[in-house]
Amino acid sequence: MIAHLPILQVVIPLLAAPLCMVVRIPRLAWTIALLASSGAFAISLLLLQTVLETGTVSYLLGGWPSPWGIEYRIDQLNAYVLLLVTSLGTIVLFSAPTSLGQELPADRHPLFCTAYLLCLAGLLGVTATGDVFNLFVFLELSSLSSYTLIALGSDRRALTAAYRYLIMGTIGATFILIGIGLMYMTTGTLNMYDLAQRLPEMSQPRTLLTAFAFFVTGVCLKLALFPLHQWLPNAYAHAPSVVTAFLAATATKVAIYVLVRFVYSIFGTEFSFSTMPLQTIFLIAALLGIFICSVSAIYQSNVKHIFAYSSVAQIGYMILAFSFGTATGLIAMLLHLFNHALMKGALFLAVGAVIYRVGSSQLQDFSGMGRHMPWTMAAIVAAGLSLIGVPLSVGFVSKWYLVVAALEQDMWPIAVLVLLGSLLAIAYVWRLVEVAYYQQADNAHVDVQEAPISLLIPIWTLVAANVYFGIDTRLTVGVSEMATRALFGAGP
Amino acid sequence: MTAVAVVLMRDLFAVVMLTGIYSLLSASFFVVFDAVDVAFTEAAVGAGISTLLMLSTLTLTGRYAKESTQKPWLALAIVTVTGALLIYGTLDMPTIGSASAPIHQHVAPRYLNDSMQEIAVPNVVTSVLASYRGYDTLGESFVIFTAGIGVLALLMVLQRRRASDVDAHGPMHQHLILRIVAKILIPLILLFALYVQFHGDYGPGGGFQAGVIFAAAIILYSMLFGLSAARQTISQPLIFALSAVGVLLYGGVGVACMLLGGNYLDYDALAEDPVAGQHLGILLVELGVGITVASVMIIIFFTFNGRSLSERGRRR
Repeated sequence: MIAHLPILQVVIPLLAAPLCMVVRIPRLAWTIALLASSGAFAISLLLLQTVLETGTVSYLLGGWPSPWGIEYRIDQLNAYVLLLVTSLGTIVLFSAPTSLGQELPADRHPLFCTAYLLCLAGLLGVTATGDVFNLFVFLELSSLSSYTLIALGSDRRALTAAYRYLIMGTIGATFILIGIGLMYMTTGTLNMYDLAQRLPEMSQPRTLLTAFAFFVTGVCLKLALFPLHQWLPNAYAHAPSVVTAFLAATATKVAIYVLVRFVYSIFGTEFSFSTMPLQTIFLIAALLGIFICSVSAIYQSNVKHIFAYSSVAQIGYMILAFSFGTATGLIAMLLHLFNHALMKGALFLAVGAVIYRVGSSQLQDFSGMGRHMPWTMAAIVAAGLSLIGVPLSVGFVSKWYLVVAALEQDMWPIAVLVLLGSLLAIAYVWRLVEVAYYQQADNAHVDVQEAPISLLIPIWTLVAANVYFGIDTRLTVGVSEMATRALFGAGP
Repeated sequence: MTAVAVVLMRDLFAVVMLTGIYSLLSASFFVVFDAVDVAFTEAAVGAGISTLLMLSTLTLTGRYAKESTQKPWLALAIVTVTGALLIYGTLDMPTIGSASAPIHQHVAPRYLNDSMQEIAVPNVVTSVLASYRGYDTLGESFVIFTAGIGVLALLMVLQRRRASDVDAHGPMHQHLILRIVAKILIPLILLFALYVQFHGDYGPGGGFQAGVIFAAAIILYSMLFGLSAARQTISQPLIFALSAVGVLLYGGVGVACMLLGGNYLDYDALAEDPVAGQHLGILLVELGVGITVASVMIIIFFTFNGRSLSERGRRR
């Protein structure tokens, strides 16, 4: 069975999805979904172990040899992202029945589980595949189901937000498809490994440039790089809380993975960074994103909006690290990818717990919650500290590598800007802390209780992970370094 | 020209009709390029069923678009730049039908030359679709399934036996000719769908097109004889279950291959003789695709129309 791990990784959640729809009993559907996603989590652990021991794993779908059939190709980079997606997906799903209880009528829960699993399977498929068209198919699967998940928000504004995301996401997907089509036209192959070998030999630089431009723009739409991020804040703010936590922790991360995969493994660093002005564009977009979105976050009055804008800013940090084009930069980016997922997963779940008790995510309604919901608010503070980058948290680790990567390039102004960005993070986290701890609760909320234990366990698991991976960095740093070495070794 | 008209028009009914024409034109375009299977799909999906679905959306909204005062110059500029870039990129495209183009040099020759020995299905498109790249097709059928889930999750009307007398006789009960012609046509359409389904191995066709045609027959029936009559024939829980059964069948074939010792979706493992295994595998997965596509299309139509009936009921 070990040989089949790469495909089981994707197919288990994929096939469990229609099952959830057929059983139609909310509790049972959730159990199936949880089993499927924990199964996927276990498989991703095994896969990571296999890849670390034996190197890249290849799986031929349908038994057809590689450029003719579809190939799954797992190396350190995918295995790392697969682990991230499945672990966060499972932890978040654990809190779904309680958290959704108030946001969605019970007869829709099986449909929710189906869409959630489809989204999970889509993201995993995008990450695991070694075939560019297959990547597009699973990207569509994950996008379509995430529009559905967002639109399930109890607020009617969720529909507008989902519609907006649908339009932007479809434009992104079309651009990606155009890029893939042009690549196929120049090379005649869809296999990533094959593409990487054939692309440099091709004598049609124009088509290649266009393919690259369309593809990168499409992916940037998906990963919400400033200024293509407009769909994100409202989509995150109006979606059900579990969906926000899930998407914030995984969807944009997978899009960033796709970017890394294409730039490093397919087009090659030389083409991406020398022929194309990618470095400068990304540097500017990332810095603008960090500052404009951090400042916007300070002025929001809805807590989910605060953290959504903060997400765009954090994506800015990742793209900043990416734009250095160096090994240290890539390590910093991969670290932040993982660490940010842990922070935002914890934060959005904790905000979801407050919404569960208070019924609103307005900043004003958080007043006094430090006293009424001590555990939940403590989790927000802990994850917030991690977001700022305080030592002993994962945030510190990724900021440290980012600053080192900047200094390595003698770009000390950028290192200073990164630290300034952290100050802005202090500002928006502090606003929440001030309201929650130094203000009295509204009269309507004086009898608010602590969140139920079924919500606290996932939240604190993630908070613990924030601290654990901040101290013991063997897994994250180790795998990021190995993945980076493999990518730089494989590049032309 | 059709596309420009679609953008400029305010009458949404005409817009829907024009998009249908647009799809039909692109279908003929595909025929010119010898891509008959794609043309068939485009004609069935683009010109056929999506026009129907858009029309049923129009019954929910209004017929005319609101005048917008915004002048989206920025968007126009971006679209122009994108279009220019696309043309720039395709200028050095190999000429149509050139045998030396990379796509004909690398992967395709094996599909064309060896698929007869390896799969023995005369329609190469079907071998590529269902076997060489069968996993993509599995993904596609899941995408369609997801669309069905999306529509259901958002628009499902609570299953109360609501005023079925709203359309006791069907909306068209005075159109005798339409009803009689349809009664003759519907069995033929269903039969044709089955032909397309099972003839996919030999000529253009397969699960996607067959599913859409099958659904079109049911939709025609429910348009003429009323939604409640159609729902009596095809109960909603059944159709929900079927949409899941289709994708499960496809995925299950893959799992079966795995249990029999092959890789996922390696149909060779299904029978003693690899070619027989390929045939069986392709037959089953195409059936899965057909079932899912047909039931999702019916779900979408039923849900949209169930919604518009309930809105009408509320207004009364």
